[in-house]
Amino acid sequence: MTAASLDTTAKTSAERGALARARLLRGLLPALSLALVLLAIAWLNPRAISYFGFSLMLNLAIPIALATIAQMFVIAGNELDLSIGTFVGFVGCVTATWLKDAPLIGVVILLGSIGVYALLGALIHLRNLPSIVVTLGMSFVWQGLAILVLPKPGGKAPDWLLGLMAFKPPFIPFPIIAALLIGLIVHFGLMRTSYGVILRGSGGNPAALGRAGWSLLKTKIVLFALAGLFGVLSGMALIGITTSADANIGNGYTLLAIAGVILGGGEFVGGRVSPIGAVIGALTLALAASPLLTFMHIPPDWQVAANGAILIIVLAARVLISRKER
Amino acid sequence: MKKLFVLGALAAMLASGTALADTSGKKIAFSNNYAGNSWRQAMLDSYGAVTKKAVADKVVGAADIFTTADKEVPTQAAQVQNLILQGYDAIVINAASPDALNGAIKQACDAGIVVVSFDGVVTEPCAYRVVVDYKDMGKQEVEQMAKFQPKGGNLLEIRGLAGTSIDDAIHAGILEGVAAHPEFKIVGSVTGDWDQTTAQKAVATILPSLPDVVGIVDQGGDGYGAAQAFAAAGKPRPTIIMGNRQDELQWWKEQKEKDGYQTWSASIAPGVSSLAFWVAQQVLDGRTDIPHDLLVPYLAFTQDNFEAELPKIVKGGVASHEYTQADAIAAIKANIK
Repeated sequence: MTAASLDTTAKTSAERGALARARLLRGLLPALSLALVLLAIAWLNPRAISYFGFSLMLNLAIPIALATIAQMFVIAGNELDLSIGTFVGFVGCVTATWLKDAPLIGVVILLGSIGVYALLGALIHLRNLPSIVVTLGMSFVWQGLAILVLPKPGGKAPDWLLGLMAFKPPFIPFPIIAALLIGLIVHFGLMRTSYGVILRGSGGNPAALGRAGWSLLKTKIVLFALAGLFGVLSGMALIGITTSADANIGNGYTLLAIAGVILGGGEFVGGRVSPIGAVIGALTLALAASPLLTFMHIPPDWQVAANGAILIIVLAARVLISRKER
Repeated sequence: MKKLFVLGALAAMLASGTALADTSGKKIAFSNNYAGNSWRQAMLDSYGAVTKKAVADKVVGAADIFTTADKEVPTQAAQVQNLILQGYDAIVINAASPDALNGAIKQACDAGIVVVSFDGVVTEPCAYRVVVDYKDMGKQEVEQMAKFQPKGGNLLEIRGLAGTSIDDAIHAGILEGVAAHPEFKIVGSVTGDWDQTTAQKAVATILPSLPDVVGIVDQGGDGYGAAQAFAAAGKPRPTIIMGNRQDELQWWKEQKEKDGYQTWSASIAPGVSSLAFWVAQQVLDGRTDIPHDLLVPYLAFTQDNFEAELPKIVKGGVASHEYTQADAIAAIKANIK
């Protein structure tokens, strides 16, 4: 029916087996790096490996994971979103002000911002603009709007959101359940449904999809709208944890999200992404950047540089292992 | 403490009840969100010097410094959460945001950890705040100006970083001072961002449009730049309030030697970090009468004593003061009404 399925039927079963093994290995890589970081943390600070410890270490990884998924949709379409960080900050400011004081207006603004994302997708496709330029411009727009909404740090998260993010389920810490849910839902939608194949294909081989009669405009709009949706979820989750907002709260997420996608087995070529990998990548980054660093007791003068070094080591390890496997 | 944490959150909460009159086994962490300017460097140096001695004297068990890589709020929130897991008894914090860290601060308090914020303070009620009386500093600038310029006249105001609580408070104090001294009138206001070059540019731009100015009220870090702008424009040198920076005091000294130039200098001492440390130690010591909002004095120099301080400040640095345990006890006493 589709170009992608034609592609696979043409292959012999032996080739398919080899491909599946390579895919499986690639899929396991992010999990392996997460396990390594966890081992390092367990060795440095055993008391962190507990229900309480995981709740604390991982709860700020949830908004990062959501932002990473948002970035993943854009990367799946062979584009890059440099505005996701400030967009998360903007959503955070709206969440801590409008969504609490006037929920209806808050919801309208948030839906509207997803609409803006969809329009951006359309603009990028129709005018054939480089997404890096468009989203870099948008990052300043979102930042400006965030400062307009919340000129001084403050505001308060709606109570239902605070309650949700502070939820303490029995046995398994909430952040782990949330990460599993996010990963599985997106995995099913993008990897297991037929339209998910079209979406990935639009980034991997747009010419083939266009010839097969699929609207590339529509796929780009859907991908960007999904990015907007997960950006909104990320901002709301972040404010649910911090309880209060700041116009600059999400700025660091842009690069973390890109790194998360890559660490999770995604590639910049479009179409090659892994939702579960992206979630694991985000968790790994969140753990490597902060808890690991704090537990290592590095002298203060070197901490900033060490943070960067850890990120490079983690990402380089991923590239090294995947090279070997090829 | 190790055993307590095996039991997890519940046990950590119990730890809050075990505050004894001995802090030699207690661990205090310092969470800092930025280290990229001279003030912050001086702040870290003061803290390091005071705490190293406190650890050596066995006043506290450990005092470690943690700086985040970026100025981001989520990074510092994660850092605070990690410090909770590390089993620290107290966290001294210079926060990236007054409100957005409250979630993490509350978690620390719930785990029985004493949180003392300073400079960048947090609004979470369970934390302690060591606040410098910036408003009084602004008011005092005009009071001092009245001594040097008894006839009054026009003033130029240099503001700090827009949107910060510090800029707001100093500005409010200056307005209050001018209201009490109607002989002064603020004829112009520029933004100097606490930075000599920014201030110099801003003052040079507004200068041609100003009537004669007798004095400049500012926020520190901007006095030398203003002096340069006046000199470059060939305008008569006004009375410029200084902000304890080395280049400002140096310029003051040169002018004083030349013709007896008079002014006054004040700023927040970066060593206030060491005061926050001692406050944390006092709380761990079992004191329960400490107010959560502690107002501490700023550091001021007058015509008579600034020259003695000048050699102690490193070039490009700012005057500091390392607080002792006795200073902290005195400051706490002054705040108990």
